[in-house]
Amino acid sequence: MSALPGLIPGVVDVAIVGAGPAGMAAAIVLARVGVTVAVFDEGPTLGGQIYRGIAATPLKRDTVLGKDYWRGSKQLEEFQASGAGYFNRSNVWAIQSGGEDHAVAASRDGQAQALTARRVLIATGAMERPFPIPGWTLPGVLGAGAAQIALKTSALVPEGKIALAGTGPLLYLLASQYISAGVAIEVLLDTSTGWRGLTALPGFLLSPYARKGVALRSSLRGLRIERGVTGLRALGDGRLKRVAWHGGELAVDCLLLHQGVAPNLNLARATGCALDWDEERLAFAPRSNRWGETSVPGIFVAGDGAGIVGAEASVAQGRVAALQLAVQLGAMKDSVRDAAAMMVRRQLRKALRGRRFLDRYFRPADECLVPSGDTIVCRCEEVTAGQVEDAIAQGAIGPNQTKAYLRCGMGPCQGRYCGLTVSAMIAAATGRSPQQVGYFRLRSPVKPVTLGELASMPSNDAARRVVEPA
Amino acid sequence: MFRRLPDDQRAIVRLSFDGRAIEAREGDSVAAALLANGIVQFRTTPAGNNPRGPFCLMGTCFDCLVNIDGAANRQACMIPVSAGMAVQTQHGKKSIT
Amino acid sequence: MEAATYDVAVIGGGLVGAATAWGLARLGQRVAVLDEGDDTFRASRGNFALVWVQSKGFGLPAYAQLTRQSSDRWSELAALLREDSGVDVAFSRPGGFTLCLSEAQLTARAEAMKRLHNSLPPQALPYEILDHAGTAKLLPQIGPEVVGSVFCPLDGHVNSLRFLSALHTGLKVRGVHYRPGSAVSRIEPKGGRFLLYTASGIVDAGKIVLAAGLGNAKLAPMVGINAPVRPQRGQILVTERLAPFLKHPVVNLRQTDEGGVMISGSQEEAGLDDATTLPVISAIAQRAMRMFPLLRDVNIVRAWSALRVMSPDGFPIYQQSIRHPGAFLLTCHSGVTLAAAHALVLAGHIAAGKLPDELLPFTADRFDVSQAA
Repeated sequence: MSALPGLIPGVVDVAIVGAGPAGMAAAIVLARVGVTVAVFDEGPTLGGQIYRGIAATPLKRDTVLGKDYWRGSKQLEEFQASGAGYFNRSNVWAIQSGGEDHAVAASRDGQAQALTARRVLIATGAMERPFPIPGWTLPGVLGAGAAQIALKTSALVPEGKIALAGTGPLLYLLASQYISAGVAIEVLLDTSTGWRGLTALPGFLLSPYARKGVALRSSLRGLRIERGVTGLRALGDGRLKRVAWHGGELAVDCLLLHQGVAPNLNLARATGCALDWDEERLAFAPRSNRWGETSVPGIFVAGDGAGIVGAEASVAQGRVAALQLAVQLGAMKDSVRDAAAMMVRRQLRKALRGRRFLDRYFRPADECLVPSGDTIVCRCEEVTAGQVEDAIAQGAIGPNQTKAYLRCGMGPCQGRYCGLTVSAMIAAATGRSPQQVGYFRLRSPVKPVTLGELASMPSNDAARRVVEPA
Repeated sequence: MFRRLPDDQRAIVRLSFDGRAIEAREGDSVAAALLANGIVQFRTTPAGNNPRGPFCLMGTCFDCLVNIDGAANRQACMIPVSAGMAVQTQHGKKSIT
Repeated sequence: MEAATYDVAVIGGGLVGAATAWGLARLGQRVAVLDEGDDTFRASRGNFALVWVQSKGFGLPAYAQLTRQSSDRWSELAALLREDSGVDVAFSRPGGFTLCLSEAQLTARAEAMKRLHNSLPPQALPYEILDHAGTAKLLPQIGPEVVGSVFCPLDGHVNSLRFLSALHTGLKVRGVHYRPGSAVSRIEPKGGRFLLYTASGIVDAGKIVLAAGLGNAKLAPMVGINAPVRPQRGQILVTERLAPFLKHPVVNLRQTDEGGVMISGSQEEAGLDDATTLPVISAIAQRAMRMFPLLRDVNIVRAWSALRVMSPDGFPIYQQSIRHPGAFLLTCHSGVTLAAAHALVLAGHIAAGKLPDELLPFTADRFDVSQAA
């Protein structure tokens, strides 16, 4: 079953934002108990980012992308057979919660529509953590996640001299995938700052990650890896020409940066969900209870969008949220939910085993989280670290004041690539935790929408009266 | 800047960039198509007139903005290629007059 | 605990507080600005950046005159601030419009403008009522539904966020102690001075200025004044940056010096709720499309909402406490337009210790119905 054409439905029980592992898993459970579900994803195909392009990748050899990736196919088939509504190329840009019902605004093919949902599950996944180094805005510098997308969806690999830099499982996975595809990598510059994962080691050793880690390491034999890299910078005039670090420099055509992923939380934030700082994962995430319900009643989160947990845990969280949603909608008895939840929580615990070790082992270096000088912090508005430092010195004690003074966070990306950096810089400068410092205040639309699309949305007399007072 | 692995057997789609004829594959995003043809700068920024190219390829960074068939500031990574498409560098601010 | 001592403590670091504090510092006063945290309501972060004359003062001629005075001195303010801060706040005064989308609206506005004009001295309020063709000569992009407009050559606009930032730089340059995270919980008049109990310690000031916006309602009674202010919500849409096409500000739509178009226009009694709402955003978008159809395919990159600080009649409240003459209350919802008056005129009165008689129409006594009876 391909994506449903035409108009988005007027009313559903549950609107799910994101057709990745968490969103699909939740939809499957809900559809099975007769709850009406509409899944929205801004991409052309199912899978989110983790299983990006899985239905249509030109790369049929599973030796390149790896077995974990292909596990997603099974879930896809289940989803397609489930009867859940699916709307691709649909960008959900606002959720207005109103107690029992929520208005969900989405754009598809240049047309905006609102539908009513009794409940909403936000499963918007992750995005790459900002990695502000000097020169990171030069053409030729991309995220490692971007390189993976190019590989999965278009069988594209970089040409010429390639360097990978940063830290995180994805960076090493990409290196392994490139080696499998016969792509030569000049160097992998590892910026993580040493061994802090010892106490989490036992959990890791008992987890599937240990096995995968060993397999990964052996696949990287022959790759030049520089460890403890500091002073990383990209150099070039108008485009990337070289990468440099303390103790080395190399001519390169392509630099792929990565230092972990963070929840894509703009929609949750704009909907009014409270955020909490996660010191282990160095990111903000929406506050949620053990069923994934956020601080806004009726709005749930699951998957990497709720806190980075990986594909398998995302599936489990999607199922957990769906079980509670089913009960809230009267489609499942408490006892049935509890029995099913026990099993799913066991899966979840198993899937989470080893993640704490990963988080610590691949922890980004402080200097890569808190830039200085001319390094660009806000790519959209071209605001530098030095400007942010000046605003803090002038008395800005939070990200929203900083945003008002400098415009950082006011561009189309709405802080996705500078929010964490700004909060981290203020925390470092003022000796407070990011939890105390807070994050950008965000509003809908969380992605750009045309004026014409907004004008075509339903309004009402009360609204018109306050806009055109007599 | 990027090259195709031989695995890619999808049909060829012909389009243009700044008037130059280029080839892509069915299902490529415009961004992938440009990268596959050695194009690494897609625009200059409206704030500081600086060169930019794609960074995230997943619709979150807004650095891959190009002009497609006369419509400015389109996210190249979110739009699939189609035959005859005319893609152009997005120079600075969008003009509406 | 030792108190920090100042000539003047200004409570509130928004447009009103910062402009007044800077003006006081320029006069040699030792000033502290007490500001709250990062996530408070802050009307200054949501204002529309107009330096607007044409519609001000229906029912209170003194307000029209104050507005005109402030507008006339705005470029002086911008120049002085530039000297201090190095920042150009992009002030321009090309003349502005109110666009009318129906004959009834145009007629009503024309009548109101005539009454306002007649209540003021001659030359005080130059304006024109234009029909569609007349409007289109200056605004060629207006849509066919625009029936006509009110044009006033004195209207202008500024980059208000840069202005706020420049004021704060000016504060630093002039040695003002800016104290964020310093919400004031109690004001204790003591021996002709004031002790302020703040979240960051006690402040001792010879004079105080209450410029805390909605917060004034709770603070003013502590010095024997009444500040009947309430929140009024306004939602704003902001577009991507566009090549310049609109030089003149319209009262609810303007293009900034950076290229983005700001679109405003709701006046909602929503309490202390600064959410954006879909029906209102849609209505704002619909009206904008009727005024400027060419904006149809332009991307809205963000929406915003802020709470105006509204007095019962919408006019400012400027008041000096009788019981504690060193305490001054300043509140308005046109903190940009009136910034020159605050920085260059009122600051002087506060430094001298007395608000002049011309400002008597602005005291909160005007709301005391029993006095009029």
